[in-house]
Amino acid sequence: MNILAIDTSNQVLGIAILKDGSLAGEYTTNAKKNHSVRLMPAIDQLMKETEMTPEQLDRIVVAKGPGSYTGVRIGLTTAKTMGWALNIPVTGVSSLKALALQAQLTDASICPFFDARRGLVYTGLYKNKDGALSLEENEVNIPFAEWLEKLAQRGEHVVFLSPDIELHRQVITDYMKDLAIIPELVSHYPRAGYLAEAGALEESGPVHALTPEYLRLVEAEAKWLEQQGKN
Amino acid sequence: MTKNDVYILGIETSCDETAAAIVKNGTEIVSNVVASQIESHKRFGGVVPEVASRHHVEQITMVLEETFQQADMTAEEMDAITVTEGPGLVGALLVGVNTAKALAFAKHKPLIGVHHIAGHIYANRLIKEFQFPLLALVVSGGHTELIVMHEHGSFEVIGETRDDAAGEAYDKVARTLNLPYPGGPQMDRLAATGEANIAFPRAWLEEGSYDFSFSGLKSSVINTLHNAAQRKETLKDEDVAASFQASVVEVLAEKTYRAAQQYDVKQVIVAGGVAANKGLRTALDNKFDDAKQELLIPPLDLCTDNAAMIAAAGTIAYQQGHRAGWDLNANPSLDLERYGKRGLKR
Ligand SMILES: [Zn+2]
Repeated sequence: MNILAIDTSNQVLGIAILKDGSLAGEYTTNAKKNHSVRLMPAIDQLMKETEMTPEQLDRIVVAKGPGSYTGVRIGLTTAKTMGWALNIPVTGVSSLKALALQAQLTDASICPFFDARRGLVYTGLYKNKDGALSLEENEVNIPFAEWLEKLAQRGEHVVFLSPDIELHRQVITDYMKDLAIIPELVSHYPRAGYLAEAGALEESGPVHALTPEYLRLVEAEAKWLEQQGKN
Repeated sequence: MTKNDVYILGIETSCDETAAAIVKNGTEIVSNVVASQIESHKRFGGVVPEVASRHHVEQITMVLEETFQQADMTAEEMDAITVTEGPGLVGALLVGVNTAKALAFAKHKPLIGVHHIAGHIYANRLIKEFQFPLLALVVSGGHTELIVMHEHGSFEVIGETRDDAAGEAYDKVARTLNLPYPGGPQMDRLAATGEANIAFPRAWLEEGSYDFSFSGLKSSVINTLHNAAQRKETLKDEDVAASFQASVVEVLAEKTYRAAQQYDVKQVIVAGGVAANKGLRTALDNKFDDAKQELLIPPLDLCTDNAAMIAAAGTIAYQQGHRAGWDLNANPSLDLERYGKRGLKR
């Protein structure tokens, strides 16, 4: 089974190739640069280095969000089109779950999150159950303070993972005290190898039906719905 | 299918239409699919860029599939994958550009970026072969430009709008008259039943200029309506529409006519969404009735955004040897002249 995994849903650009069940190559950068310009050259390069051709791929796995709207679409568009063109399945995996996998060996709950500005985060709560990550609390777009209050009430240890960890380290320890487990640097950046692994196990529906997980309505749409509610 | 035939796939997602098409030899439509989003933007009174981008990513593979099915062809049979690179809404363009890159990569095909306005002009080549030099009037919601072409793939912009595009002015005035979105066609319909009895200004600008300006006209319409309301007078909407249209159309037709004479062109091509406007068509028909230039206005479905026009312009780029790299990006402010002068093998 040969898998190409793509994650452009946040600032990290990640690509991985699994070849016959082992990791053949992985590419990770964390730079404020344009995913649209860099994704396809990076795929091209990694495919060459791992001596893989598009025809040899059996599956594509893509981080489907939440994250940057544009970033999510670049990854999803690329994955959907390649999958459709090669007639192979495309699996969308939550960007939060892909990040949570980096702490999958812990017994504690795992809280991956991405900063969503104005005090909000995209987050969810995962836990290792019999060797696989299961969702404890649904993924949401929520004020971080509100979310942390809820987690603190559970009274359990929680591992926090986020590329934006430094922005929020203080507030996490304020709410969670010694229940918070914050790993060192590198675990906070999603790596596409984990994404590929997760996608290999998940079901994939028809390519056409695969859509981003934004976790948030378009502002104009939210306003419109609010207006409709008032009338 | 003989070996010398060139088949090009075009992809267009610069605004609110998700489109793909296959064109043979740059002149013949094999298939042409457009998924319009007008219905979803209607409730917002205009195109919401984020909504447009979300639709594109949901529709794009379905649109591609239908395009190949209609043509009874496969991606393997394409000579190149071409896509609108700009100008347009950046988030919307990105979906098309990344689709084109992924398809070209998966199928080992050349990738080519196309300028949206070049596409609008080349829509005409699907109807009739070009004769150079030619003059193109491109009028749409985002553009009002006069362009001279001396040969395939080269563009000289001799005039452009200094503020609103013609289509934009139409939409804004339509909104003032409380007409539903999209306002342009509604205005055209209304104008046909009214009388052009209000003297709105014509912006001729400096002597000899081929530039346009529509913001003064738009303000004049709004002021006129406002003043009438204060005097408790009512102006007939259809008269306002007819008078507004008369002003826009007179300037467009006159400047196009003058440019056609000065550059001594053989053909005059009208392109873009506003080319569907009946008032404009009639005015240009009258203006060029006795002229030595041939006036070409494509059928409605080729005036509005579509991908056949991108494939048609992309065919010339392909034949001239242009190729994009895997780092091709969306360029929301892509310049037409510079696009025409870009080097081979970027
Ligand atoms: Zn257009």
